Amino acid sequence: MSFRRLISPFALFPVLAFLGGCSGNWGWYVVNPSIPAGRRNLLFLLDGLYYTIALSVTAILISIILGLLVALPGLASQRPARVINRVYVELVRAVPILVLILWVYYGLPQVADISISVFWAGVLALAISDSAFQAEIFRAGIQSIDRGQHEAAHSISLSYVDKMRFVILPQAIKRILPALGNQLVYMLKMSSLVSVIGMEELTRRANELVVTEYRPLEIYTVLVLEYLVLILVVSAAVRWFEMRMGAADKR
Amino acid sequence: MAAADASAFISLRNVDKYFGDFQALDDVSLDIGLGQKIVICGPSGSGKSTLIRCINRLETHDRGAISIDGVTLDDGAAARAVLRNNVGMVFQQFNLFPHLSILENLTLGPVRARGLDPQKSRELAEYYLERVKIPEQIDKYPHQLSGGQQQRVAIARALCMEPRIMLFDEPTSALDPEMIAEVLEVIEELAGSGMTMICVTHEMGFAGHVADQMVFMDHGRIVEMAPPDTFFSKPESERCRTFLQQILRH
Ligand SMILES: Nc1ncnc2c1ncn2[C@@H]1O[C@H](COP(=O)(O)OP(=O)(O)O)[C@@H](O)[C@H]1O
Ligand SMILES: [Mg+2]
Repeated sequence: MSFRRLISPFALFPVLAFLGGCSGNWGWYVVNPSIPAGRRNLLFLLDGLYYTIALSVTAILISIILGLLVALPGLASQRPARVINRVYVELVRAVPILVLILWVYYGLPQVADISISVFWAGVLALAISDSAFQAEIFRAGIQSIDRGQHEAAHSISLSYVDKMRFVILPQAIKRILPALGNQLVYMLKMSSLVSVIGMEELTRRANELVVTEYRPLEIYTVLVLEYLVLILVVSAAVRWFEMRMGAADKR
Repeated sequence: MAAADASAFISLRNVDKYFGDFQALDDVSLDIGLGQKIVICGPSGSGKSTLIRCINRLETHDRGAISIDGVTLDDGAAARAVLRNNVGMVFQQFNLFPHLSILENLTLGPVRARGLDPQKSRELAEYYLERVKIPEQIDKYPHQLSGGQQQRVAIARALCMEPRIMLFDEPTSALDPEMIAEVLEVIEELAGSGMTMICVTHEMGFAGHVADQMVFMDHGRIVEMAPPDTFFSKPESERCRTFLQQILRH
């Protein structure tokens, strides 16, 4: 993978610093790693990385399972099953993620009489929101598998579950891997919204530091760079994984 | 109603099949005894595939009855069991599982559907790969094999379920000419071993060797049914005669 792609976000730093410097507002010291205060601030910001990743990865795993469970009735020959799939996908897609986060955190505990942590409220909202997209991805992926594969599975008397598990899904997942990678990137970005309910991830950390340091330009610039690096690294990892799968395919 | 033949292992009684408004099978009745070999021919779209696909319930018939070994085919567990224990199928397009090795292709059914242990399934796979004459390909993947080899693997995959009936839907139609013979040879040997077979094919030389009964279909109906010598020498219907002339001209 290209080195240039990886360093491009860092090239942005001096550019932004220059712009800031021109307007006379740029204060290096807030995030300068060579002085103790700047180092402390940087570490404080970077500390949010753990929750950004934990939130996104947990949410995407759940949304993949949810998405698959929603996709399967969408492929059934019975109309009621397909209707359930359509209703779920259309409803969930219609709700903005931010609204869902607020509702799950503040509304759900009252409706269901449960207590829910910020982390799990965020995971749940992100997962539900993404599951509608996952369902569509899975549906398209499964539909792209040749009918002959279903028929061959039937001809050796595999049950529906075995057919899906051993024949259809392994082939479908290979095909939808790029789309799943995209969803992970999308999820990493959307996890920033969970900051509104107080999740201490990257964005929340930046907001809190801005309140104490009054340096929004520098701090949000670092935040932009944090997401850029994170997402470029994840994209590269996804591409590497795909290449490996492709190579394994050509054995 | 056609009279039921008590000795029939597979029996179709007045079977109709519709795709929407289109009638693909029209009042088809057929009795096949254990060990019998039936070859079905007929023009494209005449319902040959639909007929054999109804026998293993890849399609569900709309009227009439199909029974195998005395069990009527429906959505029930008894019908599923009788299909699992009796019926194998080979497709025109092979339909091997591309992401699985040859061994895995062959053992998936025995392990998951028949509940055999992996070691026994492996022995079964080795035995049937030997029978289709490609034991050395066991660890390869389907795309590494020629079309003829792939179709022989597909035959072995069906045989690993140890069926009593094999259904073949134009098993050599997707093959390059030089590979047709190797597949037909395997099928002929299988016929010699006493397997009950229903084979859709236009390989008339092969049909003449193997078939106990030739069936000619047109417009979803069985138009003619006779042993090969009568069938080829004096077909009764005009349509069958014309069809045979066209086929045999090549
Ligand atoms: N799944 C299907 N949906 C609609 N029409 C079908 C389907 N399968 C087969 N047919 C139609 O039924 C007729 C018989 O098909 P088929 O049994 O495949 O013929 P054959 O194998 O003799 O060429 C054809 O006209 C075909 O177009
Ligand atoms: Mg056909």
